[in-house]
Amino acid sequence: MLQALTVILLCQLAGEIISAASGLPLPGPVIGMVILFASLVIRQGVPKDIGAAGDALLSNLSLLFVPAGVGILQHASRLKDEAGAVAAALVGSTLVTIAVTAFVMNRLGPGRRCRRPGSNPAETRGDQG
Amino acid sequence: MTPETLSDIWVYLAASPLLALTMTLVVYQAAQWLYGRAGRPALLNPVLVSVVCLVAILVATGTTYQTYFEGAQFIHFLLGPATVALAIPLYRQFEKVRRSALALIVSLLLGSLTAMGTALGIGYVMGLDHVSLVSLAPKSVTAPVAMGIAEKLGGLPSLTAVFVIVTGILGGSLGPLLLDRMKIGDPAARGFALGTASHGIGTARALQESEVAGAFSGLAMGLNALATAILLPLIWSFLG
Repeated sequence: MLQALTVILLCQLAGEIISAASGLPLPGPVIGMVILFASLVIRQGVPKDIGAAGDALLSNLSLLFVPAGVGILQHASRLKDEAGAVAAALVGSTLVTIAVTAFVMNRLGPGRRCRRPGSNPAETRGDQG
Repeated sequence: MTPETLSDIWVYLAASPLLALTMTLVVYQAAQWLYGRAGRPALLNPVLVSVVCLVAILVATGTTYQTYFEGAQFIHFLLGPATVALAIPLYRQFEKVRRSALALIVSLLLGSLTAMGTALGIGYVMGLDHVSLVSLAPKSVTAPVAMGIAEKLGGLPSLTAVFVIVTGILGGSLGPLLLDRMKIGDPAARGFALGTASHGIGTARALQESEVAGAFSGLAMGLNALATAILLPLIWSFLG
């Protein structure tokens, strides 16, 4: 477990360094994700303890957003004035984005004949034309 | 115990990170319990319920966000390693991802442009000022990237963080309902849409649906961060 966490943190650290040194608009953790992904491809498999550490982190992913969300406290006065406009923009934009992305992906994607999640993957192959 | 000693204890505890950290964990787990107990209704999204409860506690006790964050930062910090760890479901689903590469690129570009365009459009029509508009535009992107973009274009990063979280909660709670209505059952399309529109919170929701949905969602989150970081400055300077 300790080793797995160290590997994940090393990927993030390398990502932060690359991000800062290159001036890329990507944050360190996203570059770290690419580095870990590349090393999994090279190793051709997920080591057991890295898989376990990753699953532990990801199974509680939504908890990790709570502290930033509480930051709404700092913007109470601005948000009070603009609440209606902000709410309309956030709700409208988020739902339209999900609809457009899912619609396009469903039209073009290999799973477009799937009716249910997890239905037979064999029938979704070879129908690209 | 007299009220004075009680408030002394509060003052003592509030000065260390232990209280905020424990409070966040307890409130979140209570919110999760409630969510499961009530049959997972969209309105009782655990992030939303936790944020509302914690804000109420901070306001009631007169605690500042800075004091709270001294403890909560230990949870906040884990966002970085968790983002790195998204490589794992992505790797496990790599074969599926590779097969749909073209569909992914087209969906991503259209989704990313829709996210920025509709946020700016609706916000402008509703009369938001410049600072709010540019803080709002990257709202579909994972928090650290969105904050960086907003700062570069003259927005308020901490305001952007709030918009990002609210967008995540909206997408994570209402998104699956919308996708059900649209009769989209393909886990790849569901995950990719949730990740494009609502980053990590959408991805957390997608991971609950299936590992396939989670992998596509994590991928969409990373790609949309890249697309928005490149496209939004161009769009913004074009709108001038």
